[in-house]
Amino acid sequence: MPDYPKLILPDIANLRNIDTYVKNGGYGEAMRKAYSMSPAAVIDEVKKSGLRGRGGAAFPTGMKWSFMPKTLQRDRTATDKKKYFLINGDESEPGSFKDRQIFEFNPHQMIEGILIGCYAMQIDHAYIYIRGEYAHWVRMVEQAVADAYAKGFIGEKMKQTFKPSGDGVEYAVDLTVHKGAGAYIVGEETAMMDSLEGKRGYPRFKPPFPANQGLWKMPTTINNIETVANVPVIMKMGAEAYSKIGDPKQPGTLLFGVSGHVNKPGVYELPTGLPLLDIINKHAGGVPGGKKIKMVIPGGSSMPPLRGDKLEGVLMDANHLVEVGSAIGTGGIMVMDEDTDIVKILTRITKFYWHESCGQCTPCREGTGWMLKMLRRFEQGLAREGDIDLLHDIARNIEGRTICALGEAAAWPVAFTLERFREEFEPRVKSGLELHSPDRVHAFRKGGLEPVQVHVPVVVRT
Amino acid sequence: MPIFSDTELQEISELQKRYPEPAATLLPVLWRIQDKRGWIDSDAMEEAAAICQVPKSHVEGVVSFYTMFFEKPMGKFHVQVCTNVSCMLCGGEKILDAMKARLGVANLERTPDGTFSIEEVECMGACGGAPMMAVNETFFEKTSPTEANEVIDTILAKGEIPTPKFVQQMPELSEASNR
Ligand SMILES: Cc1cc2nc3c(=O)[nH]c(=O)nc-3n(C[C@H](O)[C@H](O)[C@H](O)COP(=O)(O)O)c2cc1C
Ligand code: SF4
Ligand code: FES
Repeated sequence: MPDYPKLILPDIANLRNIDTYVKNGGYGEAMRKAYSMSPAAVIDEVKKSGLRGRGGAAFPTGMKWSFMPKTLQRDRTATDKKKYFLINGDESEPGSFKDRQIFEFNPHQMIEGILIGCYAMQIDHAYIYIRGEYAHWVRMVEQAVADAYAKGFIGEKMKQTFKPSGDGVEYAVDLTVHKGAGAYIVGEETAMMDSLEGKRGYPRFKPPFPANQGLWKMPTTINNIETVANVPVIMKMGAEAYSKIGDPKQPGTLLFGVSGHVNKPGVYELPTGLPLLDIINKHAGGVPGGKKIKMVIPGGSSMPPLRGDKLEGVLMDANHLVEVGSAIGTGGIMVMDEDTDIVKILTRITKFYWHESCGQCTPCREGTGWMLKMLRRFEQGLAREGDIDLLHDIARNIEGRTICALGEAAAWPVAFTLERFREEFEPRVKSGLELHSPDRVHAFRKGGLEPVQVHVPVVVRT
Repeated sequence: MPIFSDTELQEISELQKRYPEPAATLLPVLWRIQDKRGWIDSDAMEEAAAICQVPKSHVEGVVSFYTMFFEKPMGKFHVQVCTNVSCMLCGGEKILDAMKARLGVANLERTPDGTFSIEEVECMGACGGAPMMAVNETFFEKTSPTEANEVIDTILAKGEIPTPKFVQQMPELSEASNR
């Protein structure tokens, strides 16, 4: 196998220890470079690198940073607005488990990336929000932050540690780790802001966008953990060199979390643009028992699934995946072998989004419930004629009609699975029969979510 | 009985300096309460409301929103089994069934002696170690019904959570150079 660069998870033991990290060049060259440039020039450098967000939407990071107001910390008056940086470590999308590797194996690179981001946007305070289930990893990151404070890499002492040169400016930032308490929706950027403010995590209407009104109504930028961990690399090697790694339209490496039916599940750091089949077969060890692949979800459970017989030539980066009708999402690759019950999987995915809907928008709140009810009918082989199209219709009607993208996250798997795996659903329809009963609605309602078998006259369709 | 000692209240007020509003420390305060008491009752919510300067109804809303906050006592050892896609593909439901049969309680209920409770959870971010189960904060990855039962055995015998056999690592590193 070719030797791919390891930018985020280098092959160095015990990097979590701050001394090991410093010995390997941490809090050194990257910070010095940033401090020799003006903040605006750092943003330009990140823009030039082509770095795109790793949280799901692959939004260009440099561009996102440039939306923030440009006032320098030293020029700010008491009446100026504060600015915040929010780092998204909620990582709750099923199939995603990559940020956790950064917390455990290279948290200081993430912290360094946050410091450089804060410098570039002249932000005073950054918050790292980590899901509550990662209690262990929250402690690891808290320790790393405390160590960095103690060494004078964060806080007021930064002004002594990192001396500006050239166009650089003097600057200090605070960093706080915040632990979540179990809610997938809090991964959505504005819901995370509400949650950090001590509220229920409800997504907010946009506009106003976070760069205008985010945390406490102040300009805020939000980035994923892996996104910020890339920033020190860009500073060190320079935007030019970074932009040449992997696919030109989404350069760099990705942490691909491979799970499901593979021999060696785990997180693999690989350049973007590699063939999906290589990742599955060469890196993750192929499918157990040499079985065929029936379905692959390439980027976490909300991304459109791909057919196993159409994986040849699929490349793993944002643009190429869009071309084949999917998306890179979080890079969580879920592999399902030929014996997998696709109906059952889709039902489980839908149950998840139904469970996690915050309930603010009717299409999402009701639609996910309807889809789940119908899918349970399919699961039991009790679906009715026309249910496939009806289910598809519900999914398509959620899309674009909600406050946040959880609507799409719930609708995409359903719509695309039905389109691409119709043959899995057809045998689950009670063949040729359609129930005609005035009592049908009540019969189903009595059964709650579980459909009850109704003994009423049936009419055979001709 | 107030929940927090003076020192703890001092710590919380230090924490509040890291946020522009005291309300932002509601989650950390609720975590501290649950860590001490195991769950969050009405009196505790009132105290949290006072500390964070929000109405009690606000605290109730927040507690009920997040799945990890308990509004009733849970077992001393809270067994969580993931049945989301990656775990389901690798047999997560079998572990859930085994645990339900072993502990004899329904989802989010605890055993009469208060030792165990069980919860079917959504993806815990351990899909590479599917199927997984967690007891309190400890993850047991690449587990099996047999191993899950052994975990329960150890807890019953020693009163503590055993060390997981499998730990997730970077695929490139050998076991020796890790951790
Ligand atoms: C329902 C929902 C859940 C999300 N969950 C996460 C998450 O767990 N982690 C994450 O980084 N981004 C998540 N996102 C994406 C964030 O809203 C946001 O786009 C991202 O954190 C931005 O970071 P990036 O630009 O670095 O990718 C989620 C989005 C939605 C709509
Ligand atoms: S789309 Fe769903 S999760 Fe998002 S705000 Fe609306 S109801 Fe809540
Ligand atoms: S699916 Fe079980 S931990 Fe992710």
